[in-house]
Amino acid sequence: MSLAIDVQRLRFRYGRGPWVLDIPELTLERGTRAFLFGPSGSGKTTLLGVLAGVLKPEEGEVKVLGRDLASLSGAQRDAFRAEHIGYVFQMFNLIPYLSVLDNITLPARMNAARRARLDGVGVKEAAAVLADHLHIGDLLKRPVTELSVGQQQRVAACRALIGAPELIVADEPTSSLDFDRREAFLELLFRECERAGATLVFVSHDRTLEGMFSRRISLPDINKAAL
Amino acid sequence: MLVLDLALKSLRNRAFSTSLTVGSIALSVALLVGVENVRVGMRESFSNTISQTDLIVGAKGGTIQLLLYSVFGMGSPTNNLSWETYREWAEHPAVEWTIPYGLGDSHRGFRVIGTNEDFYRRYRYRGGQEIALAEGRAGSEVFDVTLGADVAAELGYGLGDEVAVTHGIGEVGFLNHDQMPFEVVGILAKTFTPVDRAVYVTLEGIEAIHFGWEDGAPPMPGEEHTLEEVLAMEEIEITQVTSFFVGTANRRDVLRLQREINDYEAEPMMAVIPGLALSEMWQGIGYAETGLRLVTIFVVLVGLLGMLVSLYTSLNERRREMAILRAVGAGPGSIVVLLVLEAVCLAAAGALAGLGLVYVLLSAGQPIVEAQVGLFIPIRPPGSVEWLFLGAVVTAGFLMGFVPALKAYRTALHDGLAVRV
Repeated sequence: MSLAIDVQRLRFRYGRGPWVLDIPELTLERGTRAFLFGPSGSGKTTLLGVLAGVLKPEEGEVKVLGRDLASLSGAQRDAFRAEHIGYVFQMFNLIPYLSVLDNITLPARMNAARRARLDGVGVKEAAAVLADHLHIGDLLKRPVTELSVGQQQRVAACRALIGAPELIVADEPTSSLDFDRREAFLELLFRECERAGATLVFVSHDRTLEGMFSRRISLPDINKAAL
Repeated sequence: MLVLDLALKSLRNRAFSTSLTVGSIALSVALLVGVENVRVGMRESFSNTISQTDLIVGAKGGTIQLLLYSVFGMGSPTNNLSWETYREWAEHPAVEWTIPYGLGDSHRGFRVIGTNEDFYRRYRYRGGQEIALAEGRAGSEVFDVTLGADVAAELGYGLGDEVAVTHGIGEVGFLNHDQMPFEVVGILAKTFTPVDRAVYVTLEGIEAIHFGWEDGAPPMPGEEHTLEEVLAMEEIEITQVTSFFVGTANRRDVLRLQREINDYEAEPMMAVIPGLALSEMWQGIGYAETGLRLVTIFVVLVGLLGMLVSLYTSLNERRREMAILRAVGAGPGSIVVLLVLEAVCLAAAGALAGLGLVYVLLSAGQPIVEAQVGLFIPIRPPGSVEWLFLGAVVTAGFLMGFVPALKAYRTALHDGLAVRV
């Protein structure tokens, strides 16, 4: 079984500041549904930035889907992220001047490889199918400013999932939802990740959800830089 | 294409600030292009004041002075030429036609020009247009007077009215030739040249009112000629002209003829080529042009700075948007492209709107400006100058776009996917 994520001796800091991440090892098999938890300030979002290739580690190896991001240039990491990673933010996930449909199709329009994986259907059709799966099929033409928070998060999930990226990274996507909706959202997200064979890294400080995941990682336990 | 689509949708989303920005750029560009149009119109109407005249000849003096008093009805002539000299040159083999001008008198501030029928036949302006009569006939008798269009309109004169000529050039003359009134026999059609502001009489008429005058001084009491005496004369002898216009049969003779006239020994005189003298004169006014253009360029810069401010201040509220774009795979370079494109779109939209505004204003204002100021501003499709301006505005917008773009670039690199607002 190949590894989705293989981090070795990772060290990261902002500028000349103190170390924020110091992780000797973190591995994750493909297809895992991982729950990454830790208190605020334990470096969760920073780790996701490194895994997504937005932040460049100062030391160590960060292999994602077999590629060492630490050895890639900024532009290469951007292209890698566009092709292989879907990202869901905690809130305000959507670009306000784009419609629901345009928000969902953005990664596919940005990256040819994501477009190529749409199984021959057009970008809009693929977005419509995903939107149906996440029960927002009737919202496609709406401006995003009219959506509820829960609807917004499902649009963000559609955007992360379009073009079947191998790795989905979600940064506390449920923290602004009430409990019932959290579970419903997670179930939809799991189902779609499974359908696409994607690995999911889900970050939260809310441990009530951890029972739904196949792997649980406590960031303070693996990050020696945690204060 | 995706980034352009994003740029346009982002601008549309901020419709109010976008339209304000485009509007201010449009106004400044309209000012720039409009001033350019007025400038070209002024220059053309200036250099078209007189056309098809090859030489203007007068007593020796300054070329611009000769041009001013002969063509523009400004300034005073210094000396006259004798009638014999004029006839000698009029019969020169290279000369096809001449128009003699006798100057020095006025009527209520308008110049009185003594001339003959050659003026009505030969005078051309603005690309060869002829003098036309709006009413009546061209003056040909001693006390006939033909009025320029503005003179008739401003003084409210009609055919048959009496006009007294004042000696000298000024609003209020104290030496009136009022014992010999002239009668209005014709009114010229409007030309939008100084012709409209002149009063035309015959050379004989000029002679008649100056009978007995010597060296610019009025005749002694008792020596004045009466109207009856003048009318009783069979023929009035013309003694002098102030200047004359020359048309050559063959334009290759112009320079040689000019030299011959300048070297004429019997009387000190000079000939100027109107086109050259006019452009020489225009260059003197050119400083004002440069100044005006400089001001309008600064106005455009201010318009573009407004755009810069509006893009720059929007950046903070767009940090989340930038993080999202980064998350879906946009590099920081794409963020730069997005913002520069927005700036270019704003500048281009403003420039085109400004150009359109100029045409709207021109087509609405052209008849009014022509009637009020006498300035004819031609409406033409945008030429190389206009496109150059628009290109410069868009280029300036492009360059200015890098200011917010580089700021966004730095923010995007620093923020990554986390937005610490």
